[in-house]
Amino acid sequence: MKLIIAIIQPYKLEEVKEELYKSEINLITVSEVLGHGRQMGVTEVYRGHKETGNLLRKVRLEIAVNENFVEPAIKAIVKGAKTGEAGDGKIFVLDLNECVRIRTEERGPVAIG
Amino acid sequence: MINGADTVFILFSTALVMLMTPGLAFFYGGMVRRKNVLSVLMQCFIALCLLSLHWMFFGYSLSFAPGNIFWGGFKWAGLAGVGLEPYTAYSATIPHQAFMIFQMMFAVITPALIIGAFAERMRFSAFLAFILLWATFVYDPICHWVWGEGGWLKNLGVLDFAGGIVVHTSAGIAALVTTIFMGKRKNLEHTPSPHNLPFVVLGTALLWFGWFGFNAGSALAANGLAVNAFVATNAAAAAAGLSWALLEWIRNGKPTVFGMVTGSIAGLATVTPASGFVSVMSAIIIGVSASVLCFIAVSITKPKFKYDDSLDAFGVHGVGGILGTLLTGLFASKAINSAGANGLFYGNYKQFFIQLFAVIVVVIYTFVVTFIIYKLVDVFFRMRVSEKDESMGLDLTQHHERAYTVLE
Repeated sequence: MKLIIAIIQPYKLEEVKEELYKSEINLITVSEVLGHGRQMGVTEVYRGHKETGNLLRKVRLEIAVNENFVEPAIKAIVKGAKTGEAGDGKIFVLDLNECVRIRTEERGPVAIG
Repeated sequence: MINGADTVFILFSTALVMLMTPGLAFFYGGMVRRKNVLSVLMQCFIALCLLSLHWMFFGYSLSFAPGNIFWGGFKWAGLAGVGLEPYTAYSATIPHQAFMIFQMMFAVITPALIIGAFAERMRFSAFLAFILLWATFVYDPICHWVWGEGGWLKNLGVLDFAGGIVVHTSAGIAALVTTIFMGKRKNLEHTPSPHNLPFVVLGTALLWFGWFGFNAGSALAANGLAVNAFVATNAAAAAAGLSWALLEWIRNGKPTVFGMVTGSIAGLATVTPASGFVSVMSAIIIGVSASVLCFIAVSITKPKFKYDDSLDAFGVHGVGGILGTLLTGLFASKAINSAGANGLFYGNYKQFFIQLFAVIVVVIYTFVVTFIIYKLVDVFFRMRVSEKDESMGLDLTQHHERAYTVLE
């Protein structure tokens, strides 16, 4: 079992979701986060006071998958989120120790899907 | 002879109409995605600033000075000769400047209405150039034709009490032109994608409130006609809001807040040209028709033609304005306003054709001139923001601000 965490551009969320659905990955958690990488943030001005390097809005996806879905998920996220510009985001893949479905108390790979 | 009550009423109405532009800002601002809300508020407010000055420098003169049948000329430029004595051709009982500033608020909100068509994708510099040119070459001439002393449509006998042609038809057609040539927004989850519906409701409340000044104030005196317009305005808004909700309930299974307030605005826009010429019962019929036709325009026709009129400036104001102008030709009655005319239902079929003719003329003129202005501004300022700016949002890219924080 793996946990995939992806940080993407907010406006790419719809395309990523679509690609994931095409790969039959339907269970995702989405949250809104702030951050920046090489893109180095944005300039904002409030009443003449200039602030540079502010954090940008990003969307964070969390997807728990069984081994055979790891590559399809990565491919789907890349396909949906890639523009080729700085700021497209990152994908992290982590080992997942346990997974419990609260409703049935099932555990392990069977609880993920 | 200046009448104190009339003057107070018109100044108060002016303030009410002024509030409609910020009301429109929230009405539209709630409908866009949150990365663009400030850009919409900014466009509406700066229209208030820019077009107020335009009006005093030359706009009022072009619209209302006694020039020829097509425009007023520059006789009253810089408010020369627009003093504190009444100008009887327009209003015999209030200072001329009171009439001028009342009309100013109409000249401000009309170009602001078009914002709904190109929201979320126009460059700010292009926006300023566009509304200034549009106010000068579309609004001012049409205003003179319909309301100005000696205007040729006025001489023809066209009835437009508070701006069905001058305000809503012209802005609605301009909205259609800009939305067609600007193209669709990118990366839309769904249309419409309102980020704050309570803002839309707040905006509607302010617009409805302000509309009393817009319509009743157009009587230009605190008299029975003003009361008729006031009551008719409320009647149409109520009938349209309720019937839109019912339509949605029947067609989609649930009545929505967004739908109901859209219906109210459609009713208000549609009753605008009629409010001082029709009975209250006619206003209710006008309100219901507004709701049905605008519902069709927004929910059925627009998706079919696939143009991206972001906030339905054409579907609500254009369709409503044209419908209201034509319905005025049916329901107008001299029993309500002796200075008006009878409509088709009161035995004067000619009035309907006068209204129809005026609509056709204004639609064609607005379409052509708006197109020319659009192309001109596009050459010098580039109308549309870059794709990257559009995806990041106009708030950050055009104004270096954002409306909401994510953390704290």
